[in-house]
Amino acid sequence: MRYILRRLGFYLVAAWAAVTLNFFLPRLMPGDPATALFARFRGQLSPEAMEALRETFGLTEAPLVKQYLTYLGHILRGDMGISVAYFPSEVSGVIATGLLWTILIAGTAVVVSFAIGTTLGIIAASRRGSWLDNVMPSVLIFVGSFPYFWLAMVVLFIMGFTLRWFPLGHAYSDNLTPSLSLEFISSVLTHAFLPVATVVVATLGGWLLSMRNNMVSVLGSDYVNLAKAKGLKPARVIMRYAARNALLPSVTGFGMALGYILGGSLLTEIVFSYPGQGYLLVQAVRNQDYPLMQGIFLMITLAVLGANLIIDVVYLWLDPRTREIGR
Amino acid sequence: MKANSQETTASVWVEAIRKDRKATAGAIIIGIFLLIAIAGPFFVGDPHEPVGIPLQPPSRSHLLGTTGQGQDVLAQVVVGTRMSLAIGFCVGIIVVMVGALIGITAGFFGGWVDSVLSLLINVFLVIPGLPLAIVIAAYLPSGPLTLGLVLVITGWAWNARVLRAQTLSVRRRDFVAAAVVTGESTLRIVSREILPTMTSLIVAQIIGSTVYAIGAQVGLEFLGLGDVATVTWGTNLYWAQNDSALLMGAWWTFVPTGLCIALVGFGLTMLNSGFDEITNPHLRLERVWRAFLGGLGRLPEPSTPVVRIAE
Repeated sequence: MRYILRRLGFYLVAAWAAVTLNFFLPRLMPGDPATALFARFRGQLSPEAMEALRETFGLTEAPLVKQYLTYLGHILRGDMGISVAYFPSEVSGVIATGLLWTILIAGTAVVVSFAIGTTLGIIAASRRGSWLDNVMPSVLIFVGSFPYFWLAMVVLFIMGFTLRWFPLGHAYSDNLTPSLSLEFISSVLTHAFLPVATVVVATLGGWLLSMRNNMVSVLGSDYVNLAKAKGLKPARVIMRYAARNALLPSVTGFGMALGYILGGSLLTEIVFSYPGQGYLLVQAVRNQDYPLMQGIFLMITLAVLGANLIIDVVYLWLDPRTREIGR
Repeated sequence: MKANSQETTASVWVEAIRKDRKATAGAIIIGIFLLIAIAGPFFVGDPHEPVGIPLQPPSRSHLLGTTGQGQDVLAQVVVGTRMSLAIGFCVGIIVVMVGALIGITAGFFGGWVDSVLSLLINVFLVIPGLPLAIVIAAYLPSGPLTLGLVLVITGWAWNARVLRAQTLSVRRRDFVAAAVVTGESTLRIVSREILPTMTSLIVAQIIGSTVYAIGAQVGLEFLGLGDVATVTWGTNLYWAQNDSALLMGAWWTFVPTGLCIALVGFGLTMLNSGFDEITNPHLRLERVWRAFLGGLGRLPEPSTPVVRIAE
């Protein structure tokens, strides 16, 4: 329990750091982007909009400390200001429209990639010298060397443009309205397939390789030799004795990889014109919609922190030693 | 005398790379790309200039076809190599330097210094890199300097973490304690006693960080956060996406660039895993053992059970 509380404390510090970074970034930057932004939108936006923007940036006359406290208060209430490009929508509202799609794509991709990669890693380690062990890692490292979004471009070109097996973009067909009908769900699935598949293929190699290497070192340890010597079935030795321990570093890596994979899937969304956070983020950057941009950054960070906390709990369950320390 | 000893170290590395198949393959790939980066731009035309009808497929006059703006794709890929690799290697080295400074400081001094720096490292590790990079880059004027800065800010933490752990373990060894007792200065202990034990680790980190830097740089430029007027691999892909080359079936506008990125990444990774086998006795022993068994025409077998219980 104390272990979890300590981790929770760390994530709170990290979240605070992200919020603080978000507050100071626009103020530290040369040329004051907020003013530039106002200059750009002068005449396009109503005076009320300008006022709302000014407030979003905290560009009031108040001293910095007071601005900072106001900002913290706003964030705590989930108020991230008003989007410039989608005026007068609130940033939180705009983000919510894309969040579900990103979680669908990135979440599915991470879990599927981890499951397949780790399983293949176990198989590769238990069949040393087979083609899976010799050839697969190199092939997957090579595939993993491509930027995700580039793989996505190629896959979209072949499967979408040339073969016409899958739609070219968006989250569901334009002629459907969101509902729980079979037609809508199947449309969502066919649209999600390619983005998920490309991220899975690009990240599979990492999981495979780390699991394989952990397995190889665990399989060489004395207790595994003892288990083998006892005459336990090979499958039992591999799964219950070796894999469980070899999994631990991969689980730690899972939390670390999450941010990286999420970043990659943001880029993949651009290629598939998928209406998630990545798409919104790029629109925000192109429109110089700073409040939306920062809101998305914060949202993604919080999502990653939350996921890491969950992984810590899983780790606790997987590794009894951490429980001992926590007591 | 000193130059001589450095020369032998270099020749030891060259020899080791030559002996390892993976490392050799990686070194050859990287060597070819370095050559292209240095000499290539002199052999191709101006990558900015429109030379033909837009989106022409590969032909004899334009070996890799033309872009959506009628520029020569081959010229763009070749010229792009120079900038992309330059940023990649520079950032790779700086990232490791920053990581080493913070990581070794944390590991060497311990105590509250370590607590504070470790917290900083862990916070930067857990905050997702690409979104942070995008937010910072969006505020700064676009260009190679901005890209470099952003990549260093989002990339140093991993190296710092690894080097901190390494320093912690080296710090406890007797030879460091002896150096402390003889009253050597901290700077000298770090640079003469501790750093040399980490050479192979640092080389591996520079290679790994370069892979990261090239990938992240391409990603940011693809989003339009680089200077879209300069020719790099990332901006090539940005223009391919922006000119809807994909939906026009113009695969030649993005396939060559992507292949180059992947080849460089692959080459560097191969070089790295080759180094790993060279410097990690565990892996090396295993390879020797397998080669030995292979020489006898046998495959390594699982250990023989003493008692096999009937199924």
